[in-house]
Amino acid sequence: MSLLQVRQLSVRFPVRRGLLGHVRAWLRAVDSVDLEIQPGETVGLVGESGCGKSTLGRAILRLVEPAEGQILWKGTDVTTLSGRELRQWRRQAQIIFQDPINSLDPRQTVGDAIGEALDVHKLTPNRRDRQDRIAVLMESVGLDPSRASDYPHEFSGGQRQRIGIARALAVQPDLIVCDEPVSALDVSIQAQIVNLLLDLQKSRGIAYLFIAHDLALVEHISRKVLVMYLGRIVESADAAELLHRPLHPYTQALISAVPVLDPDSRRKRIILSGEVPSPINPPSGCAFHPRCPWAEPRCKSIAPALREVRPGHKAACHLITSDNSTPGNPTATNMEMPESQSL
Amino acid sequence: MPADSTCQSRARVLYGASSSPGAASSLLDIKNLTIEFGSSNPPARAIEDVCLTVQHGETVCLVGESGSGKSVTALSIARLLSSPPARYVQGEIWLDGHEILGSPEIVLRRLRGRIVSYVFQEPSASLNPVRTIGSQILEALKLHQPSLATREEVVRLLTIVGIPSPETRAGDYPHQMSGGMQQRAAIAMAIASRPKLLVADEPTTALDVTVQAQIIDLMRELQARLGMAILLITHNLGIVREIANRVAVIYAGQIVESAPCSELLRRPRHPYTAALIKAVPDLGRRANRLHAIPCQVPSPFNRPKGCRFHPRCEFARPECEQNPPMLIPAGLGHWTRCPWHDRLPLAPLSTDSKA
Repeated sequence: MSLLQVRQLSVRFPVRRGLLGHVRAWLRAVDSVDLEIQPGETVGLVGESGCGKSTLGRAILRLVEPAEGQILWKGTDVTTLSGRELRQWRRQAQIIFQDPINSLDPRQTVGDAIGEALDVHKLTPNRRDRQDRIAVLMESVGLDPSRASDYPHEFSGGQRQRIGIARALAVQPDLIVCDEPVSALDVSIQAQIVNLLLDLQKSRGIAYLFIAHDLALVEHISRKVLVMYLGRIVESADAAELLHRPLHPYTQALISAVPVLDPDSRRKRIILSGEVPSPINPPSGCAFHPRCPWAEPRCKSIAPALREVRPGHKAACHLITSDNSTPGNPTATNMEMPESQSL
Repeated sequence: MPADSTCQSRARVLYGASSSPGAASSLLDIKNLTIEFGSSNPPARAIEDVCLTVQHGETVCLVGESGSGKSVTALSIARLLSSPPARYVQGEIWLDGHEILGSPEIVLRRLRGRIVSYVFQEPSASLNPVRTIGSQILEALKLHQPSLATREEVVRLLTIVGIPSPETRAGDYPHQMSGGMQQRAAIAMAIASRPKLLVADEPTTALDVTVQAQIIDLMRELQARLGMAILLITHNLGIVREIANRVAVIYAGQIVESAPCSELLRRPRHPYTAALIKAVPDLGRRANRLHAIPCQVPSPFNRPKGCRFHPRCEFARPECEQNPPMLIPAGLGHWTRCPWHDRLPLAPLSTDSKA
């Protein structure tokens, strides 16, 4: 059974104007998204800023209330839980944020920040036990337990992110939503945190929803990757499949925008014109058509549905032909990628 | 402007006759620059003994992590670090024939903008929120190119940096533009004065990946068109590969390696550079773990003795803890601060593709 199953989830925010706050329009931050996470696996979610990826991550944990759709946790509907039931369920699903300094209370010691989660869920019978648990948690994320009485500002960025992870781990969750957990960190520290997350997954069987804008990183650690654009999933597939046979022009552009270090590699780069349009007033038809290098007249008027093109590989694009190729990727099976030589 | 150019060529002749003739052709020549901050004992050394040159029309990348001193180096070029709190302890900065550290403020004001101009990381922070884009560019023109301070020139500049419908967008306020457009406007402002050197301090870090590619493309195009030199400060080696002619890697306030771009990526000669290259997740090269560098960048108050990278270096030897290494040649135009470089397995890209 899936750990988490999300069906047709939508989140809308009111756009208000004036003193009385009349609702002028609705912003569709997340629009009819389907998502499934199996126990112990990592699902990656990529997209540019403003595409709704963080909102989706929060809506899954009911930190933002969905307007429509269903969230099934181990088969039971948690979309309408409230009060004690909601609190109990939240023990099983946690989140870590991008900016570790803003997600920690500057006036709370690190030990208390981690212990708070234990207190809320009444997981430790006494003080002694609580301290032991905090020490074990700090050690498991590579922090020195003797620093439990230090404050967040005394730690570096990478260490603060470790505190955030320890806090999420405190309640022994089955799922952690990682919302851009390494974007604010230096390259060498990024690798440390990603490796820590991978180790924890191995030892504790935690599932991750890994949200990031860095496709190379997401591809590296995820089994399955979803690509989001203006609130909708435009493509989803297994990580390797998505990388080698991307179908949606947006995914193709994202892949080509990942810088390659090898000075000998000659990869075709697709540089998209323009930027992500405002979700308050999204383009008609396919939301990507104003930036798409291959847009046709029908793309302007009809929104393409997300359909299964190959087994396990879904894409939402009118231009995918019957032999599963798209204009940006005419020979879908042998796209020139640097690693194709090494494989 | 003929008067201006004769003035500069005279300066170049004068400089050429000075004690260091070899550097006369460089647009920017930073020599042994050391900058300290604060009054603690010992004070924080942001950078130490930094040497860096940029030739006319060349793109040089300065690569480093946060706290490595890369922005301090960038700001010192036009002496933008106010002193105090900064102290220029030793060194020289020669910019187009002028010695910056010894120049009075009035000379610096002529150099800023006309010879060197800056683009910063956060475009919204470098633009004035209560004035239109057009009027801000016009201000830069009035200051540095008074004869060109016209609306037509503003529109021309906005066109060059790829802002659509420039006539109308010139009347926009910064908040009406997206991040990428704001950065384009900031670049238009920086090139309005026709500088010889554009210093770009992490110009794409705050932008989305697809927009990043656009801005890097724009900078490359501008360089080809205007012939200016670019000093790009970044932590992203992917961007370096896209744009740089030469690269200098800075760690804990010291340049640890400098080389032509493809040489550096193909044949890094310092363990730090090699580790940085390996730490970048490569698309499609799935490994179970990323190559992490242990520990953190040391703080400027408490830097390790000997080689500053030794506590994090996988090849560290006992000698590394004692003797501070010097920059030594490691090939044509290739310098490294690792004395053991020729005995270490340091070529990540070629070894990976063999595996």
